[in-house]
Amino acid sequence: MSPQRPSGAPPPGSEPPSVVIVDDHALFRAGVRAELGEMVRVLGDAETVEDAVRAIVDLEPDVVLLDVHMPGGGGVEVISQVAKSRPQQRFLALSVSDDAEDVIAVVRAGARGYVTKTITGPDLADAVGRVREGDAVFSPRLAGFVLDAFAGEIPAEEVDPELDQLTPREREVLRHIARGYMYKEIALKLSISVKTVEAHVSSVLRKLQLSSRHELSRWAVTRRLVD
Amino acid sequence: MLGGVCAGLARRFDVDVLAFRVGAVVLAIGTSGLAALAYLVAWGLLPSTGSRLEPASRRRRGRAGSWRIAFGIALLALSVLLAFRAVGVWWSDALVWPLILASFGVALLWGLTRPSGAEEEDGAAVERGPRPRDTAGGRSEPGTGAQGFLAVPDGGSAREAALRFSRAGFGVALVLAAALLFLWANGVLSAAGDAALAALVVGIALALIGLPFWWGLVRRLTTEREARIRSQERAEVAAHLHDSVLQTLALVQRRSDDPAEVAKLARRQERELRSWLAGSDRARPNERLADALRGVATEVEDAHGAIVEAVVVGDAALDPAYSALVAATREALTNAAKFAADGGPVRLYAEIGEDAASVWVDDRGPGFDPASIPPDRRGVRESIIGRMERHGGSAEFRRGPDGGTEVELAVEGTT
Repeated sequence: MSPQRPSGAPPPGSEPPSVVIVDDHALFRAGVRAELGEMVRVLGDAETVEDAVRAIVDLEPDVVLLDVHMPGGGGVEVISQVAKSRPQQRFLALSVSDDAEDVIAVVRAGARGYVTKTITGPDLADAVGRVREGDAVFSPRLAGFVLDAFAGEIPAEEVDPELDQLTPREREVLRHIARGYMYKEIALKLSISVKTVEAHVSSVLRKLQLSSRHELSRWAVTRRLVD
Repeated sequence: MLGGVCAGLARRFDVDVLAFRVGAVVLAIGTSGLAALAYLVAWGLLPSTGSRLEPASRRRRGRAGSWRIAFGIALLALSVLLAFRAVGVWWSDALVWPLILASFGVALLWGLTRPSGAEEEDGAAVERGPRPRDTAGGRSEPGTGAQGFLAVPDGGSAREAALRFSRAGFGVALVLAAALLFLWANGVLSAAGDAALAALVVGIALALIGLPFWWGLVRRLTTEREARIRSQERAEVAAHLHDSVLQTLALVQRRSDDPAEVAKLARRQERELRSWLAGSDRARPNERLADALRGVATEVEDAHGAIVEAVVVGDAALDPAYSALVAATREALTNAAKFAADGGPVRLYAEIGEDAASVWVDDRGPGFDPASIPPDRRGVRESIIGRMERHGGSAEFRRGPDGGTEVELAVEGTT
């Protein structure tokens, strides 16, 4: 799960991004700190929803690395509480969860991307950098979830084409992300610029967050019930 | 309609139930209610016979009909009164409305509190065979029909609980109204106004006292039920962890000198645990294309020790063309796992639409030129390209943008 390798480590001269790590497993927080090393500045960490909200509001990090599953409401709760005082705060969801429902929920709550905990240090640092710039970070699995969620027809009168449907180009980009390609490679294959790839992904993120498309809320259910 | 006497008789004599019903109503009106008495008697006598006649369909009648039944009983009470009046046994007209109201209310309340057994017994004869339970405005979730009044509704049927509640409240109100009406009609009320007020106050006070106890009881039942469910689930999880995770951990400790093997064990366990958590123990790789593709990925991963990341979008029933697609995918994954595993995970992405499916297998290996495959190497030529073409599909091999190989397989379903 993967590597959206970067436009890279932070551009020379700029500060590495600052992060707060929110996860209820101390071992995991320590692991992430060690892996990220010098690539980002870890301002602090927190293991409960309450601590997390306080730490984020106090420390004002560029990016919050947020566990999806935590006692007391999980990542979604942290996002909604922080949003009251810091609506501009950027979150990157980080989880072992494969559960599409959880992942989609945290992205819809406002996270700018989702990566799994098996991601390597450099890839994670890169994803953090991207999220700081306001880009979206989609792992192959999230791309698959989104394609699934936006698949299928819905009655024409219910469609808000701005939000409820992906353009063929967006689909194409997502498909390549699901196949494990990096933005750079996708740009090469589709003969577009990396910036355009990023724009497509951000647009998909916006649709994912704002679409009232029926399938998004009932998604996990229907997925299990398809026959 | 009511006790099912008509239905029972109809069944017994193999005549349309409607005929009996119409007959009964005509009789009831014609004899000014005498027939209603007969009906009551029949009701008392017949149920056991009825239940023997139709044991299988007994359960069909749930609580849902209780409004209707209550209404029927009220009507029945009316006809009984009419009958008494007709035969000259009569006290006072003031009795009529209170009695009808009271019978309605009491019928409602009894409908709620009757234990399931009794309910089934007198519901013996069924009205017109199977019929959805909620036709009469009442609601009854499957499986919750046979509950006592205080039983805690199953999760999700809060609506039914509310309904039950409102029905009970309505019944109580009716009975009380009947009592007041009776007193008032007999002129007792004005005289005993103060006493009535006192009684009302006492009644309310008693209700206030009783309510918390009742509520506590309901809460306790809920808690106990939840605890029971939880402990069952815990036992199940413990059993599963023991069978899988603990076994694997034991293996890992024994093989700790072989990192490759440990990694493989961990990976396999992770995958298994994930699919268990996702509830995909219900996967049907022999019937569903998505499950089959995931299964193939797992298989290749196990056989070759490579990591295969599978993302599958959509699903369809497995048909011959899709089975060929699965087989070709297995071949492509095997090639990638054998020759390109060093370049990172092998990726499988499948998109299954309504009548066609595409699979991409990407690796970051050294890449190869399909044109350069010697003709005697049957793997790619036969198992992938040939197989896909035989089913009207296609297989393409390309070099990836950064090296590696991408295989694109596409086929239309045959169904």
